[in-house]
Amino acid sequence: MKTPVNVVIAGLGGQGVIKASDILSEAAFRSGFEVKKSEIHGMSQRGGSVTSDVRFGPVVLSPMVPPGEADFLVVLAPDQVEVNRGQLRAGGGLITPDMIDPAALANRKSFNVALLGVLSRRLEIPEAQWLAAIHACLPEKLHPANEQAFATGRRAGEARLKIS
Amino acid sequence: MSSMARQLLSGDSAIALGALHGGVALGTGYPGTPSTEILEYLAHIGGRAQWSPNEKVALEVGIGVAYGGARALVTMKHVGVNVAADPLFSAAHTGVAGALVVVSADDPGMASSQNEQDNRRYAVAAAIPMLEPADSQEAYDFTLAAIEISERWKIPVLLRVTTRVCHTQAPVQPRAPAAPAPAPHFERDLRGRNLIPANARPAHRRLRQKLAAMAEWSETTPLNHVLEGSRELGIITSGVAYMHAREAAPEASFLKLGFTHPLPFNKIAKFVRSVDRCVVIEEGDPYLADAIRAAGLSVESKPEMFRFGEFNVERVRRLLARDFSPEPARPPGKPPELCEGCSHHVVFQALKNLDCIVAGDIGCYALGVLPPYSAMDCCVCMGSSIPIGLGLRHVLPPAEAKRVVSVIGDSTFVHSGMTGLAEMVYNPPSTGHVVVILDNSTTAMTGHQEHPGTGRTLDHAATGKVVYEDVGRALGIEKVHVLPLGKDCAEFQQMLKEALASEKLVLIVARRPCVLAAKNIREYEKLAGGNAGCERCAAAPEGLTP
Repeated sequence: MKTPVNVVIAGLGGQGVIKASDILSEAAFRSGFEVKKSEIHGMSQRGGSVTSDVRFGPVVLSPMVPPGEADFLVVLAPDQVEVNRGQLRAGGGLITPDMIDPAALANRKSFNVALLGVLSRRLEIPEAQWLAAIHACLPEKLHPANEQAFATGRRAGEARLKIS
Repeated sequence: MSSMARQLLSGDSAIALGALHGGVALGTGYPGTPSTEILEYLAHIGGRAQWSPNEKVALEVGIGVAYGGARALVTMKHVGVNVAADPLFSAAHTGVAGALVVVSADDPGMASSQNEQDNRRYAVAAAIPMLEPADSQEAYDFTLAAIEISERWKIPVLLRVTTRVCHTQAPVQPRAPAAPAPAPHFERDLRGRNLIPANARPAHRRLRQKLAAMAEWSETTPLNHVLEGSRELGIITSGVAYMHAREAAPEASFLKLGFTHPLPFNKIAKFVRSVDRCVVIEEGDPYLADAIRAAGLSVESKPEMFRFGEFNVERVRRLLARDFSPEPARPPGKPPELCEGCSHHVVFQALKNLDCIVAGDIGCYALGVLPPYSAMDCCVCMGSSIPIGLGLRHVLPPAEAKRVVSVIGDSTFVHSGMTGLAEMVYNPPSTGHVVVILDNSTTAMTGHQEHPGTGRTLDHAATGKVVYEDVGRALGIEKVHVLPLGKDCAEFQQMLKEALASEKLVLIVARRPCVLAAKNIREYEKLAGGNAGCERCAAAPEGLTP
């Protein structure tokens, strides 16, 4: 059985962790992969820690990334990096908030999508599917700012990703 | 809205789509994580859905729908079934004419709940059939199956899901909608539906006959099926645990149980005999393992440590390897807190300043127990704040009794606070009592659902409204105050201080819309074209009504 690609997205409530994982899972689904996306919400709007697991590949069984088996860990809040580092497998890709300068974004609320731009350089998902997913998951008036954020992230992602 | 294409859906959305395609005439429920999104999505895709004041009422409305020959879906979180248990047990006895599917969304690991109860026990206790989907596709398919089973045996069906099924998005392939239900009509059944003892005795026997027939069906339905693998290891499992187990032990043979009450004991026995080692993998209580062992079959259950929390692939690997050493704790994340600008800050600052003994309730304001306030002394279940506060007042020495305050949210008050107020009027403590309704004009904790006190329906259209201060006065409470909360706690604190000193029965409605919902509330009010809601926000300028 081929193992899926495992991505964990982490941050604090209100940062767009779940929206980012929606976009990633939509992009993977549109690219023909089986996908499962799982998170715990409920208290998440109240500023607490939030993580969302996205797994995609030819077959996905458990909806949760097994501990220590994430291929990529995307963290939106600086103080959530250490808390979640244990999710990453040895040699996995760590994407941290310092990779994006919020001042470079048309809308700072698109920070989550900018980090997806960084991640996109490492995944076998065509850019067109990423953009289609952004369009599908966000209201139209937010499309330009998020396209700009995604492009900013892709440029930043060309630089080598930190290896944990 | 409900395209037939393969689509990514959460388990909750998949249940809603299954309900729509299954011809559900009405969905009812009370918001509760992780079940809330089911009815919201049902309304979104064009189904008919409405919030009830609480789960008991939601189920009773559903029973009426099903008595009328139509198909009903009733949704709630696991603890909601406790509230709805009374009609659930009786509806099992009366049976239904149409279909009645009750969704119990359990929360192993308690992501957002006050306990970890395993509601599979309810299927046994109420003597009703139960289905346990493992992912979104099954959530869709099993909802349709539940409707069929309910109509076939004329019995309520429990669709038991868990947080990871409800909140995981996965692909769903819809199928052709089910045959429509016959047109609703009333057929009198005096003996069948009036549970006076003379009727209830034969009703119980009929119920057990239905269960016996369903037990036979359980042996043959593809909802319970075997995946042949290695003879060395056989795994019996249900729900999302199946997914973790398949990943942890891809070589094993599986008996995957989707219809988990009544259980197919012949099929289970055959499976147990077909493998060298048979392990039951299930989250929560050892419901399957206990039943299978009680039937005289030898299977491995799990040690007590695996009763707690969710399963994942790693935990199933440990279980299979019989590694029962202590599990590594995950580093704690940042706990949730009251939002900046939340009106609850004002209330909890005052409660802390006055050193009140606070009987709290279920909602965002339960966060008042955390620093910096640490100003909530108990939080038990929906509506419990008022009666527990009264109980404390009855027995504590007067100096302590006079510090007791009950605080309850607006949605929680409508859910089950009103009987507490009736108790207060009927059995008043000698020191009086003070109840504060924290009215933020929404069901905030679960994501801003409407309720009877907002005067808007599930889809935010204007409707009738329950006014708490009127309820309080009508019940006979001596002092009823309405206070629009400002940013500062001084005014509220003064009112609370006077209320406590008065030794009377006092109801304070402390009002300010939830900071996260305020903008939307203003929009809904504008769309409704009236200013009925705005009156409430503004309230009286003095902040006091006689």
